[in-house]
Order: sequence, then C-alpha cells, then structure tokens
Amino acid sequence: MFKTTLQAFITAAKGLAITLAHFIGARRSRHALDIRKAGYFDKQEGVTTVQFPKEKMPIPEVARYQLDVEIDDCIVCDLCAKACPVDCITIESVKATGVIGKTSDGSVKRLYAAKFDIDMAKCMYCGLCTVVCPTECITMTDLYDRSMTNLAELTYSFAEMSPQEVEEKKREWSLFQAEKEAAKRK
Amino acid sequence: MVFYITYIIVAIALFGFIALFTLFAVYSERKIAGFVQDRLGPMETGKYGSLQTLADILKLIQKEFITPSAADSILFSVAPVVIFAAVFLGFVVMPWAPGIAPAALHLGLFYGLAIVSVDAIGLLMAGWGSNNKFSLLGSMRAVAQIISYEIPAGIALIAAVMIAQTLDMQEITRQQGIMVEDERILFLGLWDVSHIGGILAWNIFQAPHLLLAYVIFFIASLAECNRAPFDIPEAESELVGGFHTEYGGLRFAFIFLAEYAMMFLVAMIGVTVFLGGWNTPLPNIGTVKLADWTTGLAWGIFWTLIKTLLVVGLQMWIRWTLPRLRADQLMALCWKVLTPLAFLCMALSGIWRVWVIVGG
Repeated sequence: MFKTTLQAFITAAKGLAITLAHFIGARRSRHALDIRKAGYFDKQEGVTTVQFPKEKMPIPEVARYQLDVEIDDCIVCDLCAKACPVDCITIESVKATGVIGKTSDGSVKRLYAAKFDIDMAKCMYCGLCTVVCPTECITMTDLYDRSMTNLAELTYSFAEMSPQEVEEKKREWSLFQAEKEAAKRK
Repeated sequence: MVFYITYIIVAIALFGFIALFTLFAVYSERKIAGFVQDRLGPMETGKYGSLQTLADILKLIQKEFITPSAADSILFSVAPVVIFAAVFLGFVVMPWAPGIAPAALHLGLFYGLAIVSVDAIGLLMAGWGSNNKFSLLGSMRAVAQIISYEIPAGIALIAAVMIAQTLDMQEITRQQGIMVEDERILFLGLWDVSHIGGILAWNIFQAPHLLLAYVIFFIASLAECNRAPFDIPEAESELVGGFHTEYGGLRFAFIFLAEYAMMFLVAMIGVTVFLGGWNTPLPNIGTVKLADWTTGLAWGIFWTLIKTLLVVGLQMWIRWTLPRLRADQLMALCWKVLTPLAFLCMALSGIWRVWVIVGG
C-alpha cells in the first residue's frame, strides 16, 4: 500500500512538472504558422490557439475548401454531378442549335448551362468533381469561412442565364427540332 | 448598538471579499487551465478576457429561478444558502493580521472545522431535493468523501495544535513568528528562533513531522472542497454535474461561490496553522531586521493574502494535472494511507512536545 502511495506521489510530481512546463511555455505563442514552411513541426511549445477571425492559418491557394466554377469554361457535360458521392451538384442543360463557343482550352461548347447549383451544406469536400472535369472549370479554392444566416444561401448558383434566356433557348431548340422533324417527313 | 453595526459591516466586507475573490479565482482558474493545455483561455470579453467572469455573473443574476416540478421545493431552494452559509461562517475565526479577525474565539479552529462540516448537509439537501438520480449520486459521494476526509484533516490539525497548545487561531499564528510572548520557538527543535522569526519559525519547521501533517491536511482539504483529483461528486463526464445538476441562475452562483470560498477557507486554515499565517517569511538576519520591518497590520493582511493565494494556485495547478480518482481509490487513500499517517503525526507531536519542547 505504501509502495503504491509513494509511486502515486512520484508520478504526480512528474505530471505536475509537465503541466508547469506547459504553463511557463504558454508565455510564447506559435502564432499562425504556414505548414509549407520547413520548420513547421519544430515548433512544439507555446500556445497553439489561432484566434480565428483575427488571425488565420496560411493555406495553399488551391486547397480542399469551397468549390468554384468558371462557368465560361464549362461544357455542361454533367460528369461532376455524376461523380459527386453526396449529389450536391445539380445541373440542367439546354441543347443549343449549334456550336455556341469554345472554352479556354479549346473544347467545343454545345450546351447551355441553365442551372449549375452546388449545395455547400451537402458538399463533403472530397474533390472528386474537380478530378473528372474535362475542362478543369470546377476547382477547389482557399475559401472556407462562408457562414450564412439563411440555409438557402449555402446553395451557390454558378449559371449566369436568366429564366427568360433559358425559355428562349428552349424555344429555339424545340423550334429547331420541329423544323428537323418536318424536313425528315418530307 | 454600534456593536451590531460593526458586525454587519464586517460580514458585508467579508462577503464582498469572497465575491471578488471568486470572480478573480474563476478567471485565473480558466486562464491556468488554458495555459496548461496550450490554449489561451477567455480572450474576448475585455482585455485578455478579464471581464469574462463579471459577464458570467451578470448573466447568472438575470436568470429565472427554475425549480424542477418533481423536486422538493423547500430543500431545493434552501440548499444553496446552507452550503454558502456554512463556508461563509467559517471565515468568522480566520485571522487576517495581528489583532485583526472577525471574531477571536478560544476554540477558533474547532469552530471552523465544525461549521465547515455543515456544508455536507447542504450538499445532501441539494442532491436529495433535486429528485434526480445523478444529483443524489453526486451528493452521496460528496457526503461520504467529506466526512471521511475530515478525519485525516482534523487529526493533522490536532498534530499542530498539540505543538501550539491552543485552539485560538490568533494564538497559533502568534506562536509562529517574532510576536510570540512567553513561548520559545525552536527551529527543528534545536535552535531558538524566537527573535529571528521568518520562515524558520513556521510550524512546519518547528517540528519537521508537521510538514507531513501539512501535506496530509492539504490533500484532505482538496477532497473537502470537492476539487480534482477528488471531484467525483460533480464528475462532469459521468454525473452531468453532480449535486448541482438541476441548479441554475443565482442559486447555481451561490453553490459556485461556496466552492471557491471553500478553497480559500481551507487554504487559509492550512496557512494559519502550518505556514505562519500573517507572519512574514523573511527572518531577522543580524542587524538586518527583515522580520521586524515586515510585521504589522498591512503586512499581516498582505502575507495572509499572498500565502493563501499561492496555496489556491497550487490547488488549481493540481486540478489541471491529475486525473480523477475512482470512488474506491478515494476511500482507500483516505482510510488506509492518510488516516494512519495522520495518527502517526499526532503521536510524534506528543513525543515532540514532551521530549523536545518541554524536556529539551
């Protein structure tokens, strides 16, 4: 019994020495350190708290944070929506009557993006959509602090077409389709 | 008539001091916890979070009194008052400086120990009155623990009282410094330090086994104020909050106030009985009369506060270092280790008194 007690006192003293070392070490702070710097793991002592809104950890420019879509480069292939494990991407396309343009890497655009919504509340930041994208128009950014007061605001819309434009393009397509049908029947 | 007015003023001043101390202690506790765990602690309210506890108490004061419908409403509402009053009354006999104590009782130490025990009844009232199994478990643990640990604490104090031969807190303090009148003070029983004073004249150095007695008292006092590593009565991770689970608002504030007041009180009892109370730690060295220069009314209050706050700091340091003891380990430590050692100290005190102080 007394041996155990003595052991308890010795281990308690060791523990107290450790906490005292941390208490004294708390005079220093690690501040916001860049993980890409070589000495990142050498800084083991001091306060590790990063006081978030006031100071931020430096992060790489393209890290696994919020998604961004360069809609001009999008060919509306729907691959990202298919790859998404949580189905947070919703795409609606309207067929064009001909080639409507080229993306910056030269791919031909034949579809209008009527709707390109990403529900950031659902997104699990896996980055699979950025891997499958043939034109690399969907990318992950370094933005992560996007708090919203309204849940609907977390659904980001990247499509730039107005409802009237969508209606017009749909009408154009159905007209084009009807003309084709009429030409076939002749 | 004037008598009563002074009594009331003293009581209000003490309450004000306890409230201020609690605000300061909760803040420093959170800061110490933060630093020990490589965090910052409260930082947002005021400079370095210094107004955090003030904001907390303002919030608690504004809150509604909620009594659970199944609770025993009388016990439930009286318990926080009983808990706080028990601890508050303990401050009555505490000496602050030469000649300064709210009440100079001949049985001061005995009174202090007795009135602090009433705390256990308050805890049981809180637990039983809440009509909640977690609260009841917590309060049963608290009562079992407080009653058990009063034995080693009391016997360790008796060991010191046997050396001092008095229960008067002022007299015990006076015998540990240069203001002693008829007794001789012997450092380790060998060297007369009656006119040297300082740290050499403290009880723990008058008789070396009192150092062990102080360690026993300190451990037992941690258990008596339900602090880690003996905080199983309010073990957050298993009992939600223990006996104060159902409390909120001002009632919870009073329980909290009592807990911190208890910390200060037991630290102060230890300081008075073992660590020289209001006596200076600086001894007279030849013509450099450090002890004479640093003894007096203001110095007395200063030394009492500094020593007690250091002991409170030690309590906090221990809380953020050691994990919680299991209930059976807690009882084993009390009955199998601390109590026999306390008895040993008491026996040694008797021998010391007869052979070294009187015979030597």
